[in-house]
Amino acid sequence: MSEKNARERIGVYVCHCGTNIAGVVDVKEVARWATERLANRGVVVARDDKFMCSSLGQELIESDIEKLGLTRVVVAACSPHLHEKTFRAACARAGLNPYLCEMASIREQVSWVTADKQVATQKAKAMISGAVERVHYHVPLEPLRVPINEATLVVGGGIAGIQAALEIANTGHPVYLVERDPSIGGHMAQFDKTFPTLDCAACILTPRMSEAGSHPNIHLLTWSEVEKVDGSVGSFSVAVRKKARYVNTDLCTGCGICVEKCPKKVIDSEFEVGIAYRKAVYTPFAQAVPRYPVVDDLNCIYFEKGTCKACEKFCPTNAIDFEQQDELITLEVGNIILATGFDLFDARRIPQYGYGRLANIFTSLEFERMCNAAGPTEGAIVLRDGRTAPRSVGIIHCVGSRDRNYNPYCSAICCMQSLKFAHLLHERTGAKVYNFYIDIRTPGKDFDEFYQRVLEEGTLFVRGKVAEVTDAARLLGEEGKLIIQVEDTLVGRQRRIPVDMVILSAGLEPRRDADEVARQFGISCSSAGWFTEKHPKLDPVSTMTEGLFVAGCASGPKDIPASVAQGSAAAARVISYIEQGELSLEPVRAFIEAAKCSGCRICNDLCPFNAITFDEQLVVSEITTALCQGCGTCVAACPAGAISGTGFSDEQVLAQIEGLLMLNVGDPTAFVGSHAELVEA
Amino acid sequence: MRYLFYPGCSMQRTARPYLDSLHAIQETLELELEEVHDWNCCGATEYMSIYRLPAFALIGRNLALAQQQANGSSTVMAACSACYLNLSKTDHYMREDSQLSQDVNTALQAGGLRYDPGTIAVRHLLDVILNDIGVERIRELVTRPLTGLRVAAYYGCMIVRPDLEHRWENPEYPTALEGLMTALGAEVVDFPLKTHCCGGHMTQISPETAYELIRRLVHGAALYEADVLVTVCPMCQLNLDAYQVEMNKHFKTDYEIPILFVTQLMGLAFGKDPDELGLGREFVDSGPALAKIGLAALDDEQAPPSPRKKRKKEEGLPMPPPMEGELR
Repeated sequence: MSEKNARERIGVYVCHCGTNIAGVVDVKEVARWATERLANRGVVVARDDKFMCSSLGQELIESDIEKLGLTRVVVAACSPHLHEKTFRAACARAGLNPYLCEMASIREQVSWVTADKQVATQKAKAMISGAVERVHYHVPLEPLRVPINEATLVVGGGIAGIQAALEIANTGHPVYLVERDPSIGGHMAQFDKTFPTLDCAACILTPRMSEAGSHPNIHLLTWSEVEKVDGSVGSFSVAVRKKARYVNTDLCTGCGICVEKCPKKVIDSEFEVGIAYRKAVYTPFAQAVPRYPVVDDLNCIYFEKGTCKACEKFCPTNAIDFEQQDELITLEVGNIILATGFDLFDARRIPQYGYGRLANIFTSLEFERMCNAAGPTEGAIVLRDGRTAPRSVGIIHCVGSRDRNYNPYCSAICCMQSLKFAHLLHERTGAKVYNFYIDIRTPGKDFDEFYQRVLEEGTLFVRGKVAEVTDAARLLGEEGKLIIQVEDTLVGRQRRIPVDMVILSAGLEPRRDADEVARQFGISCSSAGWFTEKHPKLDPVSTMTEGLFVAGCASGPKDIPASVAQGSAAAARVISYIEQGELSLEPVRAFIEAAKCSGCRICNDLCPFNAITFDEQLVVSEITTALCQGCGTCVAACPAGAISGTGFSDEQVLAQIEGLLMLNVGDPTAFVGSHAELVEA
Repeated sequence: MRYLFYPGCSMQRTARPYLDSLHAIQETLELELEEVHDWNCCGATEYMSIYRLPAFALIGRNLALAQQQANGSSTVMAACSACYLNLSKTDHYMREDSQLSQDVNTALQAGGLRYDPGTIAVRHLLDVILNDIGVERIRELVTRPLTGLRVAAYYGCMIVRPDLEHRWENPEYPTALEGLMTALGAEVVDFPLKTHCCGGHMTQISPETAYELIRRLVHGAALYEADVLVTVCPMCQLNLDAYQVEMNKHFKTDYEIPILFVTQLMGLAFGKDPDELGLGREFVDSGPALAKIGLAALDDEQAPPSPRKKRKKEEGLPMPPPMEGELR
């Protein structure tokens, strides 16, 4: 038993949380026990209250600090994630350093997960005992203050990134907008119409694109990728690779003669998703921002064979530059917004749906391009032969979504997108349209009204998961058609529906390199691979790393309005940081005692926030204080015991363990006994 | 590689060419097969749906014998899909259901036998060829590539589903057999009905139902201009081959798709003699198909197959490329 004397005057506050805690834990008994049994451990008062977090509850703590001269406070209530700030603030108001307050989570860790009332009460006592022992070793801490660089980096130039960049730029602060494709615009630029209002995607997007392209405060870096991120909130240092465009953008006027003269035609698998061709020097689409083309060095004849240079010969301003090299630049920014978007589910992964094998099966994105007046068919909806209009079309929902073989989640946009397709098909072809759905989900504003409209237009809805799309005809009228085999779960029978064309509403997936990007920026991904928000409801655009924000589909499937809202929300958070000028950070941090560090580097890769670097010269590891989130992983891992944490020192943790084991009240069986019962239960 | 081998009744009689061709290529593949002593019938497709316990006990006897015999190898390999599925199901359900396991063992006790579920791994010949030997090794063994032979790869309905032990890369639409055929030098045709039923024993119970199922498959192979349909199951071969003639009579059609075993085509590609592989014993003559790879002389009446019309290059929208690592 560590002999920290009981000099401290500790107040213990046990919360009922309505019936959340009091329904399982005998809170009055817990408070009584603490007063009695923990008195020799420094507890001078223990109280219970229906809601400790209410202003009355907080005032109770404040008045006790003032009147009883408390030097430490233990609040047994919910998880510190929820109310640690509240109680620390209460202490601060009463003149006590806020870091001398400790919470025991008797809701999340006790009442919500323990059925037996007696066991729960015993467990709550142990938790409080642990907190009391720990709080002895707390020391007053002062928050860290870091200055905020007013420049911001936005990664990804889709609608979410554009929105965020514009919002920040409009407040007068500089923004770097980095996009890895040759133009900003993202997936939205590929769409034809947007649901449910059916306004043209390009008409509403391109004004934002050109605004971003010409904004004095936005520095656009297209055809560029982030290579490395150093530093922390307030002062990130980001290395960006500007890929060689082979076009001198100072000279280029965007006239397009190089594209016209280029003799090499390749399938455009990026913007046109493989259903059209582009040249080896190209701008992805007419309204591209910036307007400068890019030479695709993997397909360019000059790079393949060393001769051609047709583009160079015909360029009226000598802007083609085959000698151009990649350029590495370093950006200094205070905050980063990740708006890296999504990838479409690869429908070839479901071979029984025939995509890639049967010609007239299209993905949703291919169909978007086909509907688009600027697309390969100039808006004509035709079969793969490029001529024939389909007379019947089947749209399959949930391809790769809500399917435990692929992705368990709902991709959120496919229902509305499929309804939009059905409408466009009616309008432009008069074809008979079938929708094959599991459930129709139309929760957005005016979404269900649109669904009713499509129903009234005569689209046929078949409820059931499609088993197979095949060209193996069996019955009369199936010859030469695509046959959709499906169990119609409303009728309760198998159906075979022959159609001319099938559209697969493929789901949304995290970017293929999302985990790599997450590692690079020091944030985490969900099990599905989406970036994890700080709190899914209350803080959906922040991450666990200060100064790093997410917006749009990077954190999960979203439609356009939601992506735009997140872009604005992330921008607001950044602007607030910039306006404050400096930020106070939690002082709960790890630090390394250089003399004890053996330079083994075990901690380097363990840090989830990339806060630990290695000093090659001194051969010791170092912690960047502003990056450290005080998780304690390195402290536990260090074999030399060289790392300790303010707020989680060895002595604090050991004292807490002894307290949990009730060694302080001389009754080790109390906890062990309850634990054994728990195991049995 | 050593395996316990469960031949099953069909391979002894109707599917003799399957057994012969397996024996013919066994050495090339370095397969050591030790037959399960005193094995009995697996009960085929019906028994399990009618008398569950006797069916499991009947099959359990084979697993018990195999367990007794297992020295060095605890894998039982079956080449017949029905045998494979029955053995695999019995082991699986005995593992899941301790009451069943107990009941089966009570029955087995009468013969002084016992089976501990999970001790024997049941695998199909195709699985062994693909995963233990590997397509790369097969490719090296090919001495007479089947160049120009158009093959429809047919799995039947019992090998990939239910995929109790997760042995197949895609039970809904497998493509591994196609990869094997490509390795032999053959040209694989699209065959969307690859896992559809051949009719099974419906030929005995309700021939008309079976004829329709047979017609679909044969028609599918003909539609894609396959020279031969390759199968991994004695029952599929029997139905599609022996009943093709009956089916033609029934529908007044004239399909002539020879149905061969995977081991026969492998043997041909390994340079074995067609007779040794049991070729020529099928109902639908494989002569015209073998002629395409220079292994049979054609009768005067059998005109050489007309060269397929070359599709003219179309001006339509490009097709998506194959997935990385995907065999077409």
